Formats: sequence, C-alpha cells, structure tokens
Amino acid sequence: MLTRLLSGDMPRSGLLTVLLLGILVSLAFAPFLFPGTKSLETAAKICIFIVLVASYDLLLGYAGIVSFAHTMFFGIGAYGTALALSTTGPTYSSMIWGTAAGAIVAGIFALAIGLFSLRVKAIFFAMVTLAVASAFAVLMSQLSWLTGGEDGLNYGVPREFKPAFKLIDEKILDVRINGKLLLYYFVFFASAALFLIMLRIVNSPFGRTLKAVRDNAFRAEAIGYKVVWYRTTATVLSAVMAALAGSLLAIWLRYTGPATTLSMEIMIDILLMVVIGGMGTLYGAVVGATIFILAQTYLQNLMGLAETATSSIPIVSTLVAPERWLLWLGVLFILSVYFFPSGIVGRLREGRA
Amino acid sequence: MADHLLSLSGLHTHIGPYHILQGVDLAVPEGGVTVLLGRNGAGKTTTLRTIMGHWTASQGEIHFANHNITKLDTPSISRRGIAFVPEDMAIFTDLTVAENMSLAAANGPIDAKRLAWVTDLFPPIGSFWNSSAGTLSGGQKQMLSVARAIIEPRRLILIDEPTKGLAPAIIKAMTDALRELKETDTTILLVEQNFAMASSLGDTVAVMDDGRIVFAGAMSELTGNPTLQEKLMGLSLEVHQ
Repeated sequence: MLTRLLSGDMPRSGLLTVLLLGILVSLAFAPFLFPGTKSLETAAKICIFIVLVASYDLLLGYAGIVSFAHTMFFGIGAYGTALALSTTGPTYSSMIWGTAAGAIVAGIFALAIGLFSLRVKAIFFAMVTLAVASAFAVLMSQLSWLTGGEDGLNYGVPREFKPAFKLIDEKILDVRINGKLLLYYFVFFASAALFLIMLRIVNSPFGRTLKAVRDNAFRAEAIGYKVVWYRTTATVLSAVMAALAGSLLAIWLRYTGPATTLSMEIMIDILLMVVIGGMGTLYGAVVGATIFILAQTYLQNLMGLAETATSSIPIVSTLVAPERWLLWLGVLFILSVYFFPSGIVGRLREGRA
Repeated sequence: MADHLLSLSGLHTHIGPYHILQGVDLAVPEGGVTVLLGRNGAGKTTTLRTIMGHWTASQGEIHFANHNITKLDTPSISRRGIAFVPEDMAIFTDLTVAENMSLAAANGPIDAKRLAWVTDLFPPIGSFWNSSAGTLSGGQKQMLSVARAIIEPRRLILIDEPTKGLAPAIIKAMTDALRELKETDTTILLVEQNFAMASSLGDTVAVMDDGRIVFAGAMSELTGNPTLQEKLMGLSLEVHQ
C-alpha cells in the first residue's frame, strides 16, 4: 500500500526515512505542534515550495534541462488564480477556473518554449528561458491596470478559508478550528497529492526514459525514442506543476505580486533548494525546501539568541548579530555543497550503500 | 540492389569542416555478417553513424529494405528495425541493468523467452539484473550494450568494435554470442579491428580507406590472400592474430 503510494520509490536509507517522516508529521500537525501565525505561514510555505522545487527537479534532475523560467510558470499560476478571484469574486468556481487557466497557460507557454528551443544546445535553452522570464516579469509589472503592477493584487478567498470563519466553537488542543486552519490543510493535502503525482511520473517508464535521455541523448534516439518529444513533455509537466504550486500560494497569501512569485531571487532559492536537497530525487526537494525555508525564517531568531549569549565576548557577538544572518546563510550553503556534493538525500543514500 | 538489405550509394558525409565519407558504396546482403575493416580514421564509425542518422549525408543515398532512409531522423530509423551498438558502450549508467533492458524494448514489455535467450548468451545480464549499470565492468557493459540491441528482434544490427579494450576471455564470449546471433537470421554489420574475430565471423567484407570502400567481396577472398591484405591495409594482418 505504502509502496504503491510512493510508486515503489522508497527512501532507501534509514536516516532519510526518519527525516522524511519527521517532516511529514511536523507539517501534518503543524497547527497543533507549533501554534502561532508565523509558524503556520512557514509550514504552508514549505508545503508549497516542496511542490515547486520538486517540479523543478523533474526538469533539472531527471531531464537534465537547465531552465530559468520556473518562477515565470509559478507566477502564471499565481496570477491566474489571483486575477480570477479579484475579478469574479471570492468563490470556489473562480478559484477553480483561475487555477485551471493558469495551469493551461503555463503549459502552452512551456510547449512553445520547448518546441522552439529544446532542439538547440542546453546553454541556449537556459538563455532563452532567462530572457523570456525576465520579459514576463517586466510585462507583469508594466500591465498595472490588470496586475496591479509592483503593488500586486489583494483579493478575497471563499468564506470558509477566512480566519473569521469558525468550523466549531470549541478549541481542539487549544487551537481554534477556523478558516485559516482549513486553508492550511487544503494547502497541505493539495501539495501532498501533487507531490505523489510527480513521484508517480518520475518512476514510470516515462521517467526512466527521461533519465536515459539525460544520460545519453543519442543512445536514447538510437533505441527509438524521440528526444525532443520527451524533453518538451517534461518541460510542460514541470511548468503545469509549478503553476499549480503558484495557485496554492495565491490562495494561501490572498496576495499576488512580482516579489512573491516572479523575482529572480525565488528562482535562485529554488536552485539552491534542489542542489542542497539532492538532484534527481524528489525526496531531495522535500529535504531541501524544508531546511532552506526554516533557515531563511528562523536563522535570524537563532542568531539573536546567540548574540545575547555571547554578548560578553566582543568580536563573536558582533559576528553573530542578527543583521548578519545572510552571511551565515551563505556560509551554510557553501558548507552543505562542500560536504554534500550530491545533496543531502544523495549523501544519505550513498552512506547506506 | 533489391537483394540487399542495406545499400549505401555514393555516400558523402561532412562533419564540420571535414569531409569524412567521400563516396561510400556498400551493399550488405540479407542474413550473415558483413565486416567493415580499415585503419583508424578511415571512416568506419562515421559510416555507421550516418546510417543511424546521427550525421546527415550531404550527398548519396541509404536504402534499407527497399526504402530510402537517408533523410529520416534517428528514432524513425531505429523503429524500422536497425539497432546500433556504439563503440563507447553508451549504456545508461544511472539506470539499473533491468531498466536499460526495458528501455530498449521500445515496443512493449520484454518478451520472457527472448530475455532467457539473451541472458543465456550473456550470463552477467541475469546475475546483475537489479544492479546499477554504472557499476558493471567494461566487459559486462559491452555485453549489456549488445544485449540491449538484440532484446527485440531486429533486421539489422550495426556493431562498432565490440572487442575494443576487452580481455581475451570476454572477446571469446562476445564472438560466441555474435555467432549464435548470426544463426537467428539477423543481419550484422560489424566494424572490427581484431582480424581473427572478423575473419572467423564474417561472410562478406569491405575495407575502407580515406572515406571510400577500397575492397568488397567474400571474406574467403581476403583471408586466403596475404598480398591483398598487405596492399589494402599496409601491413599483413597475420601479425595481429
């Protein structure tokens, strides 16, 4: 049953299993284990980024395609849902058609980019995606009558997803069962479902062929597989998944703007999460996204504590001052790439072999 | 030409600024083994790669089973029944042996009887079935490479130097396997430097030099004639045996 759910792709490492179970349990019971707005925001962000990073790994790790347009697809999904909710009102039907429209547009965009540029060398494809993504980001901020420009869009969500909505009056484990909580579980289960779908894809014959194409494109062709078709399909699937993750973000935040979806910074974050977690394995996305977002969110607090603790030692306390958190985040990345060149998941699986 | 499974006529191939094939005429009869000999750089590998569509011929035509396949792309050529075993043992190292094999069976699941026959030819394929192909030894990789090409019945198999860099014991296993394959009415076009193996397997032979075929005929014509060997290849092949 479990093997079927995971499409036969077991973690294959004791430590990794524990780590993944820990993440799963923490996310599933986040509202009860870590009460508070900030931790719930972080948990939802982790869920959404697991999907986003996994969809990027589908492209980078499995198909060996370097793309810089992933945030564009993420953005298309988010803006699709955002525009639907803001123009036709906060109903479920606008949520659904906005999400569907975003996913379809992202798929068509990916198909066009793929067919035009996947025949050329990898580096040109990367450049084309970079150019298209930058143009799209500028376009979104220029079309301010439609997208709100740099300010983005604020909109409502269906009543059941609003914090003011109460499912039951009593608290459970001291937590109010309100719309925000329902929305969190909506995000959680949707992310889990999308992740399992992707796991199914990469462990199917299609996923195997993708790996073969990445290993040796000419060999794959000589066996009779159309490489361009496989690469384009991977690009489209990955784009649609990214768009769905974008829609989840749009519904969760009730705000969509360039900074939350389209920025180059997010693109680089995604890259780092894939590399830190481990390329070519979707579990890497889970581990990478969780560690990265936790570090991004809580490193500052941790360093605040460290500064207080070391306040009597002059240089050290300056070094660990919270405003230097970016420096330490950088150090963490360098160390992780140095010690885990094949990513955390890759390292754990090797350790077992 | 109709009695030939594969025929190349006046084939020219350019790779970048280099004019590699300069009018290759080659006919591969149906059934049996045709060996393509020639010194390094004569254009043997380029000929195979042009047949496979990896390079596009700039002039000339390739006919396979009475169809012109000159302009087809590689996957279409493969699906017409030509398998290719390249010289660099290009197996998919990140996949398991099993995955490599099931990918090669492009027309559906692997036929169990066929698989039993292949693992009988190459026992390591069976014993390392679930191992990652990257962990195999050189000889085992070469066996996998050939096994992959024959897991589905093909009309023609192009094999590029299957014994290069392999130990004598493995060369013998490979020769035996190819001989058995020959019994199944599969046509083989073999590029080979090892003359002992080439002459024991080959029915017909073609010798290349400078992008052209300089000799074509029955293998017995070449093996029985040291003078011809010397003339064609600049040195007696006897010393290589």
